[in-house]
Amino acid sequence: MRWQRTAAILLRQFYLLRGSPARILPLFAWVGIDIVLWGFLSRYLNAITAARINFVPALLGAVLLWDFFIRIMQGVTTAFLEDVWSRNFLNFFATPLTVNEYVSGLVLSSILTSLVGLAAMLLLATSVFGLSFFIYGATAVPFLFVLFLSGIALGVFATGLVLWQGPAAEWFIWPMPALISPFAAVFYPRATLPPWMQAVSSILPQSYVFENLRAIVAGHAPSAAALLVAIVLAFAYILLAAWFFTGIFRRAVRTGLIARYSAETLN
Amino acid sequence: MVLSVRDLRKRYRSVAAVDGVSFEVRRGEIVGLLGPNGAGKTTTINMILGILEPSGGTIAIDGIDLAKYRSRALERTNFAAVYAQLPGNLTVEENLRIFGLIYGAKHLSARIQQVLTQFDLDRLRHAKCGVLSSGEQTRVSLAKAMLNDPQLLLLDEPTASLDPATARDIREQIRAFASAGSTGILWTSHNMYEVQEVCDRALFLSHGKILLEGNPKTLPAEHGLESLEDLFIAVAREPLALERS
Repeated sequence: MRWQRTAAILLRQFYLLRGSPARILPLFAWVGIDIVLWGFLSRYLNAITAARINFVPALLGAVLLWDFFIRIMQGVTTAFLEDVWSRNFLNFFATPLTVNEYVSGLVLSSILTSLVGLAAMLLLATSVFGLSFFIYGATAVPFLFVLFLSGIALGVFATGLVLWQGPAAEWFIWPMPALISPFAAVFYPRATLPPWMQAVSSILPQSYVFENLRAIVAGHAPSAAALLVAIVLAFAYILLAAWFFTGIFRRAVRTGLIARYSAETLN
Repeated sequence: MVLSVRDLRKRYRSVAAVDGVSFEVRRGEIVGLLGPNGAGKTTTINMILGILEPSGGTIAIDGIDLAKYRSRALERTNFAAVYAQLPGNLTVEENLRIFGLIYGAKHLSARIQQVLTQFDLDRLRHAKCGVLSSGEQTRVSLAKAMLNDPQLLLLDEPTASLDPATARDIREQIRAFASAGSTGILWTSHNMYEVQEVCDRALFLSHGKILLEGNPKTLPAEHGLESLEDLFIAVAREPLALERS
């Protein structure tokens, strides 16, 4: 693996972002709107509920972290879609560039663009709604890492899906986080779900993150066992997603789809 | 030998797109790969570029087996094709820098300046590729193809969208590039005049097989025909007769 080639993929994303408001704005605009919306809702719930529960860290914190997960995932997929939109596969894959180097470039690009979104969310949530991340403490950091890994895994899986099904499958990407969210227990405990949904939830690393972040907000210690399960699951999904993408790529090279990607299928 | 292709095959279910093709490209040599539409030229080039897996046979670039050492082999190549324009949403210089990094071009900034000057692209260096004329885009693709001083250069109809004057300049530049260094070039074209002017050797492909091979200047007479264009038409219309001869 040559990092120079991965740097080239990253540089391409930088060039695309530079001087393109249409690409820069989505990095923080939608997550910013989410923070504002849920920030006011949290304040309202604080005002009308008799119990002395602070909804800001519970709800707004959850939204912020869920949006961070989505941004990581979409950071990977959007960088990939840039090559779909500009019909660049032939140019890239007829070079010494390997699949690992290419995907690493997408992931690095996602990390950097997601940090922009995270910074914007933190700025809004702390300055306007008084959300302090110190409330979660250092014990929350490994759980953030799990969210990061899960976002990468879903992003790589989604890119594999588009590579497999053709450019029109871009549509599949956008609702993916929404499909997962009911099972991820972002806003409510897993125990709220019916048994079959709890079973699905238990294989999603995100659900362990939100369960434990709620525990931390409630003043309890997070579960080390839950963290371990979440990390193992997140790494397993990364490996599965990498296996899926590599398999789809090899199939595309075998069938010739890479060279004629805009045709979607070779039938 | 910069390219050695042995018994190359590509089958799509029952259809043989390329059927046991073998040929070589030597250093400093320009080889024309000719044939009617659907003959298997682009399929062959795609397999040499590593974006299409052969059903059988071997490809070695500069002695390196492409199937086993894809990256190492492709570091020694580059290509320009009329159907593979560089991303239109980046400038000429940005595209050259990205592909220069990917190909591991040495002294990249200086090399970018050299190819910009060589292909008269200096004034367009900050222009987005998408706003360039098709001729200018072709020149950018060729500039990209020269960035890493490849041992093997694959050119799929490189002058298809150029006016005659520019096409002649480009042909001369590519000819000089092949003569000056150790680069071998595999060139496809439907312009038979161009093939006679540029290529040292021509391979006629029909139905996935090499039907004829030889010097494009003498090949027509060897088959009792007046011009290379007549030979091309004969290959396209009566391949079996030529195969028997």
